[in-house]
Amino acid sequence: MRWFALVLLALAAPAFADSNQPPAPLANVQLKDPAKEAQAQTLMLTLRCVVCQGQSIADSNAEMAGDMRSLVRTRIAAGESPQAIRDWLIVRYGDYVSYDPPFSATTAPLWIAPLALLALGAWLARASFKRRRRTP
Amino acid sequence: MKRPLIWVPFLGAIALFAVIAWGLYQPADRVVHSALVGQKLPAFDLPPIVPGKPGLATLTFATGKPRLLNVFASWCIPCIAEAPQLLKLKEAGVEIDAVAVRDTPEAIADFLARNGDPYASIGDDKASAVQLALGSAGVPETFVIDGEGRIVKQHVGDIRADEVAGLIAAVRNAR
Repeated sequence: MRWFALVLLALAAPAFADSNQPPAPLANVQLKDPAKEAQAQTLMLTLRCVVCQGQSIADSNAEMAGDMRSLVRTRIAAGESPQAIRDWLIVRYGDYVSYDPPFSATTAPLWIAPLALLALGAWLARASFKRRRRTP
Repeated sequence: MKRPLIWVPFLGAIALFAVIAWGLYQPADRVVHSALVGQKLPAFDLPPIVPGKPGLATLTFATGKPRLLNVFASWCIPCIAEAPQLLKLKEAGVEIDAVAVRDTPEAIADFLARNGDPYASIGDDKASAVQLALGSAGVPETFVIDGEGRIVKQHVGDIRADEVAGLIAAVRNAR
């Protein structure tokens, strides 16, 4: 009985929360123009897949990531600039969708903290070097 | 070095751990919210997916009456769980339009026959284009649209039985 259940488990097809429809036209098809494809690829690497959260749409196999790649390629092919497409998505999903965070009140600590820590380190180092010179 | 200063790194470390502990115990919000709440519904025009039911365009909204916009799919299991609640909303006089994401006419007809049909119209969103335009990150999601065609509220996930009254109130207040 236990073996039978295990065999059934091995045979069972996993259920994915995806449709059974084919992927969007340009989800996995590169653009003809290599320059435009490169532009699209660079942009896709810095856009978050909103259903996987930790992956870019270029890296993800999720259906929605495919739809987003198709959207990016269609718009690049139509001559839209990568920044305009990023902005279009940010209007809809917020800065969350972009892996290239803009400088704002919320992100300021992220940008400033490393500089502040470096400055603090330099100041500490300077203080201790000075002290050592004086002792001998 | 002055005596009290020796405690500064220790207190700094305590403060750091306190911040980290506070962050860890904070319940995380993993829901992807649409940034369009409070703004106009984006322009779209979707063809019908089932015969006898109109497709869905932005023009359907902004007619002076608030409506619900339900993003769903026949392949989505929480959408089945939410169906009775949508029927209750319809009974309460709420008009519901739908966007069917990545679906076929046969599958939608079957879904409606099984789970009931609360929809005034259903648009066919083949490549999730309208879903992306709405800032929606999954199915099901429900948007409350006011009489001027503005998005007032987004409900992410299936509507539970105890959330129906809140949505009816949101639609009433959206006038």
